[in-house]
Amino acid sequence: MIAYLIRRIFYALPILIGVNLLTFALFFVVNTPDDMARMQLGIKRVTPEAIEKWKEQRGYDKPLLLNSAASGTDKMTETIFWQKSASMFVFDFGYADDGRNISREIAARMGPSLAIALPTFLIGLIAYVSFALLMTLFRGTALDIAGVALCVVLMSISGLFYIIGGQFLVSKLWHWVPISGYGEGADALRFVLLPVLIGVVSGIGSSSRWYRTIFLEERSRDYVRTARAKGLSELRVLFTHVLKNAMIPILTGVVVVIPLLFMGSLLTESFFGIPGLGSYTIDAINAQDFSVVRAMVFLGSVLYIAGLILTDISYTLVDPRVRLS
Amino acid sequence: MKSILAVLVSVLLAACGGQWNNPYPAGDAGQAIFYTAFTERPKHLDPAQAYSENEYELLANIYAPPLQYHYLKRPYQLVPLAAREMPEVRYYDAQQRLLSADAPSQTVAFSVYEIHIKPGMRYQPHPAFVPENLHLSEAALRPVHTLADFAHTASRTVTAADYVYQIKRLVHPQLHTPIAGVMSEYIVGLKDYAAELQQAVKAHPAGFLDLNAYALPGVEVVDDTAYRVTIHGKYPQFTYWLAMPFFAPMPQEAERFYAQPGMQERNLSLDWWPVGSGPYYLSENDPNRRMVLRRNPHYQSETYPVEGEPGDAATGLLADAGKPLPLIDQVVFSLEKETIPYWNKFLQGYYDASGISSDSFDQAVQVGVSGEANVTDAMRAQGISLSTAVATSTMYTGFNWLDPAIGGSSERATKLRRAIAIAVDFEEFVSIFANGRGISAQSPIPPGIFGYREGCAGRDTYVYDCVNGEIRRKPVAEAQRLLAEAGYPNGVDAKTGQPLVIHLDTTANGVGNKSRLDWMRKQFDKIGVQLDVRSTDYNRFQDKIRRGDTQMFYFGWNADYPDPENFLFLLYGPQGKVKFGGENAANYSNPEYDQLFMQMKNMENGPARQAIIDRMQEILRHDSPWLWGFHPKNYVLQHAWLHNVKPNIMANNKLKYWRVDVQQREALRQQWNQPAGWPLALSAALVLLSCIWLWRVLQRREEG
Repeated sequence: MIAYLIRRIFYALPILIGVNLLTFALFFVVNTPDDMARMQLGIKRVTPEAIEKWKEQRGYDKPLLLNSAASGTDKMTETIFWQKSASMFVFDFGYADDGRNISREIAARMGPSLAIALPTFLIGLIAYVSFALLMTLFRGTALDIAGVALCVVLMSISGLFYIIGGQFLVSKLWHWVPISGYGEGADALRFVLLPVLIGVVSGIGSSSRWYRTIFLEERSRDYVRTARAKGLSELRVLFTHVLKNAMIPILTGVVVVIPLLFMGSLLTESFFGIPGLGSYTIDAINAQDFSVVRAMVFLGSVLYIAGLILTDISYTLVDPRVRLS
Repeated sequence: MKSILAVLVSVLLAACGGQWNNPYPAGDAGQAIFYTAFTERPKHLDPAQAYSENEYELLANIYAPPLQYHYLKRPYQLVPLAAREMPEVRYYDAQQRLLSADAPSQTVAFSVYEIHIKPGMRYQPHPAFVPENLHLSEAALRPVHTLADFAHTASRTVTAADYVYQIKRLVHPQLHTPIAGVMSEYIVGLKDYAAELQQAVKAHPAGFLDLNAYALPGVEVVDDTAYRVTIHGKYPQFTYWLAMPFFAPMPQEAERFYAQPGMQERNLSLDWWPVGSGPYYLSENDPNRRMVLRRNPHYQSETYPVEGEPGDAATGLLADAGKPLPLIDQVVFSLEKETIPYWNKFLQGYYDASGISSDSFDQAVQVGVSGEANVTDAMRAQGISLSTAVATSTMYTGFNWLDPAIGGSSERATKLRRAIAIAVDFEEFVSIFANGRGISAQSPIPPGIFGYREGCAGRDTYVYDCVNGEIRRKPVAEAQRLLAEAGYPNGVDAKTGQPLVIHLDTTANGVGNKSRLDWMRKQFDKIGVQLDVRSTDYNRFQDKIRRGDTQMFYFGWNADYPDPENFLFLLYGPQGKVKFGGENAANYSNPEYDQLFMQMKNMENGPARQAIIDRMQEILRHDSPWLWGFHPKNYVLQHAWLHNVKPNIMANNKLKYWRVDVQQREALRQQWNQPAGWPLALSAALVLLSCIWLWRVLQRREEG
C-alpha cells in the first residue's frame, strides 16, 4: 500500500502543475498586472508611475511566462509564473497584495471554517443516514412517501433561503443565538450553532434521498433475503447488514470531501460573518489578488487529491476484498 | 474543557433571563463601548498610504494631524487639533522678500507655514518606544505573533520632528502615497528628495531607510514644538491637507521597529498596526472579524467644543461642552458583509448606529408630504432617530469631450448634450433608485461648499426654469427642439437618415442594475435617441476611460476638502485623463474655464472668488460636459442612548465626541431580546411524540 501511496503522490505533481498553470492562464486572461495595481491603488490620484512602482514591488513587472530578455534558465525563472508558483510546492504561499502573510492568514482562518464545516458534516452525516434508514425501514408506507416528498421540497429550496429564514426565525424572532459574528475559543460555540443547524437542514433533502437509494439497493440483495429467512428482525437486518454493506458507496462520497472541509463555505461564512477560508477566497477574487487566489486553488487541489487517496484507503478498511497495489 | 463548561454555564445563566443573542462577550456589559460595523477590510492603515473613507474611519481617530474640522459649526471650518493655533502663513516673492498677507497670488513665489504644536502630547503605548525592541533577535521574535505578545510598551512626547518625518514619508520609495504627486508640486524640494530616496533604495534595497539622513529643504524643524513648511506659490488649500492623516506625526522608532527582520512575516507592519497620538489606538486588529479602538491613556489635549451653531444647545449638542475627550472608552468595529444581519443587529440594539440600505428603507423612513424624511412609527417606538446630511460628493454622467459625435464645443454637439441633459430626469432617478436620498445637481459643486448657490439663483438655466421661486426641469419638448437644431430631429440623423445611437459605458450589470439601465434607456427614448448600454467589468471600464474610448460614462467624486477647487479641477483641461492622466475623465477643455480656474484656485473665499466661480459654472452649464447627476444624502439612524451625534461630512474623527448611555442601552437590549421558550418546548414535545410513535409502530411490525 505504501508503494501505491507514493505512486499516487507522484501522480499528483503533474496535476498540481496543470491546475496551477490553468489558474494562472485564467486569471491573467481576465486581469493584467496593471488592472491588479489599479484595483489595489484605487481610482483617485493614481499616476502611471505609482502603477509601475506597485508592480515592481510585488514582482508583477516581469513577463508572464517567458522572459526573452533573460538568458539560460532565467528565461523561465524570471517570470511571474515561476516566481509566484515555484514556492507553493513547498507550501510557501508568500504575501498577499495587501502585504499580509498568506500562510498565517490560512492558519488563522482554517479554525473558523472547520468550526462550521466539521460539525455540519458529522451531524449531517448521522442525521441523513438515520433519516434515510428510517425511510428505508418504512418503505412504501405513508411515512416513506411523506419523507421522500419532504426531501424533494427541501432540495428545491435555495440555500440562501435557509440562511435568511434561519436568521429571521432563530435569531431575530426567537432571540436564541447571535444573528452573525464569531467568538474566541469556546465562545465561538454560540455563533456556530445556527450555521451548523442551517447547514444540516439544507442538506437533508439531497443527501437523505441519495442514502435511501443506496440502502434500498442493498435491501434488494440476496444476503438480505437470506438474513430475513433466518429470522432476523428488520431492524437488525438494516443496522447490522445493510448499513455495513452500504458503506462503500457512502465512503466514496463522504471521505473525499473531508479534506475540503478546511476550505470553508462561501455563502455561509459571508452571511454569518465567519472569518474562514471561504470568505478569504471570495474576497481575494473580488480584490483581484492573484497571490491569494492561486494559493487557495493550490490548497484546494492538494486537499482534493488527499481526499481521493483517503477514499482509496478507506475502501480497504470497509471491504477486505479491496487491495491497493 | 473548563472553557466549554464556562460557556455552558453562561448559556444556562443567560437562559434565566439574559440575552442569548448578544454577540458580545459578557465582560463588555456596563462599559462605555460604541458598537459599529465595517463591511470591507481596510487596505491601508499607514497614514502615508490610506486614502479611502473606510480607512479614515479608523485612522482619523488614531492619528492627530495639526488641524481638524470643527465638529459643530457650519459651514465647515478648520480649527487646531494638534496645533496650538491655526498655522501662521507668510508670503515671499522670488527674491525671498516678505509680502503682505493680501498680496496677489501671481506675486507670491513661496508660502511659509509655521505650525506650533501643543506641548506635552504623547503617543499611544507601543512596543516601538521600548529601546530594546528596536534590536530584536530572531529568538526574541519567536514567541511573538501579535503586538500584544510584547511584554513591555512605552510612550513618548510628540515632537515637531515627528511631523517633519511624516512629510518625508510621503515620498518614501517603498510606499504609495496618493498625494505624493500633488505635494511634490508644492512642497519645496520634495520632488528632488523623492529622487534622492529612489537612488538610496536602489543602492541598498533591503533594510531600514533613514529618511532623516537626507535633507528636505522645504520642511524644517524650528524647535521641539514648531516646524515650517515652505511651498511654491500660494496654495490656500494646503491647510485642508493639514487636517488629513497624511500630515499626522510619525515617530521614527515605529518605522525602525517594523522594519526589523521577521516583522512582516508576522503581519506586523505600520500598515496594519498604526502608532498614533490621537484619542484612540488600535488594540485589536483582526480585519477578518473585528477591529477595536481603545482610549489612548495619554490623550489629554482636547475638550468638547463649547460653541456650535444656533440651535445646537437646544438639541443637547452642547451638554458635554468642556468635558475631556474622548467620551467613549472603546469602539468595536465588527465585520458585517451582508446588510440583513447588520440591520437586524441594529434593531436588536447591538449596533448603536446604522446606515439604511434600500431593502430596509421603507421599514425605517417615511417621507412626509412636504418631502421631509422622518423615521417610521415603529422606529420611533424604539427611540431611533434619523439624521441626514447632503454629502460633499457628486455622482455624474460624463460626456467624452474627445468623442466626435457627442464631444467638443461645436454648436451641434453642445445642443445634443443639452437635449440629453433635459431629457434625463435625475429628480426621478433619485426618487426611484435612491429613495429620495439626494438632490439633483446644478453644477459639480455640492451644497455646503463655497460657490454653491441655493434655489433659482444657482440653477442650470439651460436645463431648469424657475417657476414660483422653485426650479423645474424644462419640458421634453425643449429637448426635442434642441435635438432637431443639432441635426437629429426625432432622434434621426438628418444627413444620413440613421437613428442616433449613444453608447453608455458602465460597470453596472446584473439583475440589480437592470432596472436602472432600463430607466436610463427610457429617458433617451423620450427624445427618440437610442441608448446602447455597454456593461463591462471594472478593469475594462477603467481602461476605456484612460484611452478615451467612451461616449458617456457614470462616475463620481468625493471631496478631499470643502473647497470648490476640489470639484472644479475635475473639468480643468490640464487634468484631462487621456492626455495627462489626470482626474478630468470627460477630457473637457475650455481655455476660458482653464484660465479662470487658475485664477480662482488660489483665492481666498469672498465676493471676487464667488464671481469667478459663477462665471466658471456658467461656462460649464453652457458647454454641458456632464449630466450633473445628483449629490447623495447620507441617512444615519441612531438609538436613543447615543448622544452628541451631528452629521459632519468632512470630519472623520467624530467618535471622540459621541457619548453612550450604557444603562439605557442595557435596559432596552434586555427588553428587546427576551428569548422565546415555546418553540424549544414545542420542538422537544414533537421529537418525543415522534419517537414514541415510531417505537410503537416498529414494535407492532416486529410482533406482526
